[in-house]
Amino acid sequence: MALLEATAATRPQAGLVGRFPALAVLEYNLVAYRRTWRAGVFSSFLLPLLTMVGFGVGVGAYVEAPVAGVPYLDFLVPGLIASTALQVAIGESTWPVLGNFEWIKIYFAQASTPLRVADILGGQLGFVLFRVLTSSLAFLLVAAAFGTLHSPWALATLPLVALIAAAVAVPVFAYSSSVRSDSYLALLFRFAVIPMTLFAGVFFPVESLPMVLRWLAYASPLWHGVDLCRAATLGVAPAWSVPGHLLYLAAWVAVGWWLAHSAFRRRLVV
Amino acid sequence: MVEPVTRDGILIQARGLVKRFGDFTAVDGIDVDVRAGEAFGFLGPNGAGKSSTMRMVGCVSPPTDGELQIMGMDPRRDGPAIRARLGVCPQLDNLDPELTVRENLTTYARYFGIPRRVARERAAELLDFVQLAERAGSKVEPLSGGMKRRLTIARAMVNEPDIVLLDEPTTGLDPQARHLVWERLFRLKQQGVTLVLTTHYMDEAEQLCDRLVVMDGGRIVAEGSPRTLIERYSTREVVELRFAGETQEAFAGKLDGLAERIEVLPDRILLYVTDGDGAVAEVHARALTPASVLVRRSSLEDVFLHLTGRTLVD
Repeated sequence: MALLEATAATRPQAGLVGRFPALAVLEYNLVAYRRTWRAGVFSSFLLPLLTMVGFGVGVGAYVEAPVAGVPYLDFLVPGLIASTALQVAIGESTWPVLGNFEWIKIYFAQASTPLRVADILGGQLGFVLFRVLTSSLAFLLVAAAFGTLHSPWALATLPLVALIAAAVAVPVFAYSSSVRSDSYLALLFRFAVIPMTLFAGVFFPVESLPMVLRWLAYASPLWHGVDLCRAATLGVAPAWSVPGHLLYLAAWVAVGWWLAHSAFRRRLVV
Repeated sequence: MVEPVTRDGILIQARGLVKRFGDFTAVDGIDVDVRAGEAFGFLGPNGAGKSSTMRMVGCVSPPTDGELQIMGMDPRRDGPAIRARLGVCPQLDNLDPELTVRENLTTYARYFGIPRRVARERAAELLDFVQLAERAGSKVEPLSGGMKRRLTIARAMVNEPDIVLLDEPTTGLDPQARHLVWERLFRLKQQGVTLVLTTHYMDEAEQLCDRLVVMDGGRIVAEGSPRTLIERYSTREVVELRFAGETQEAFAGKLDGLAERIEVLPDRILLYVTDGDGAVAEVHARALTPASVLVRRSSLEDVFLHLTGRTLVD
């Protein structure tokens, strides 16, 4: 934020926001977030701490054999980092987006300014990434304190969670802007988020699954994220090729952006 | 700041402008010229096509057909550049209720690339202007409807626009709040801001508009200043007669030749005349004794009802 301030003050006519109007939308979201961030910060440390203790230490005590060659907690942590990123990303791209169309209607206010649909989308995505990155950083710190990170590559989880977040948030923007009631959002959690969290390799290797379910896991963006994050924190090679994973996730972002852009346009430019 | 690109001072020019949604034609080929500095009104019943027209002018709704030029630019191509110089006050408030009054202005100013310091200064000035300065730090949510509308008007001014679009600016407000909004809008007009507004309140149109068009069914059915419209489509005065008894119809025949136009309503008879008192004298001369008599000046409402009919539009 200090960066924006300085730029704006020195070049009043063409500030950073002037060149990248999406930043103004991000800024609006940050101003709104100022009211609730304390509660957010608390839960973003508490959640990983509780899951780490509950699943890793509690359940891990019963999993005596190493999983994929490492202690269960170390296996679990990168999966939780990725799946928490997924949940934060989807949380921030469902109710807030629906609300900005249906309840406070702020998108319509934004659309009547010089902002283009892409700027509104970009700013909203920027805020999702901000939320995911801050909560992942908290998770990473807790994980480091538990001694579950085995490689400096663990830092790569930050750009990775950003990619996972974008891969799921952008198509969910399209969904949230196409439904008129929040009961549809609950469906998304029931039929996409929970199954993905359970079966995409977070809690156990997908190889334990029957073939059909395994292919569903491969199709989900989360599995690719989990595999990359796990490789990063353990300092090993992932199960799939790195470029393959990255391209697959990038494809979700690209197709999702196209869907979200047309869905937003349908609502805002009629 | 770029000077408005205008031909003969015309800021908004529409020719054969059409907006269709599927099979439904909301705006059916209208021609409009709005000149710099004037207050221009779109008057009409619900569904007349006013809001659709406003959305096209606001560059959030591409025209289906016809020509539209705003400050010499084409909304299909130059949407962001045009919107940068418009102020929009929508029919339904879309303020952020969780933000403070001031934050609603400063965050909105940033969408125009206005530096933060300037945004804060302008927010303070505008809150003074709409008499909300003492509420600057409070949340929007508990504000009254009138306060929210004034805040929306302030928000529309934050980029110092060349044209302000107001879609039914006082709908749903109580009389005090309406008069305060009118007074503020009148000030803006005096400062040379071009106002374009839609309304179905005749008094609002008479108060604020230099020129207006009456729309009905997506078409323009009349155009002019409030005064010329009244002269053209109504008479100077209107006499309202109420007769005791079952129906007014029975008395209508006895009023032949008394007025330029006679309208029989279920509860009263309207005589459109030049000289109201003369007409009343004539009524009494014919030995008719209405239960009540009211002589009033003709208003835009008479024009409006004459042109768009009395059928209820939902």
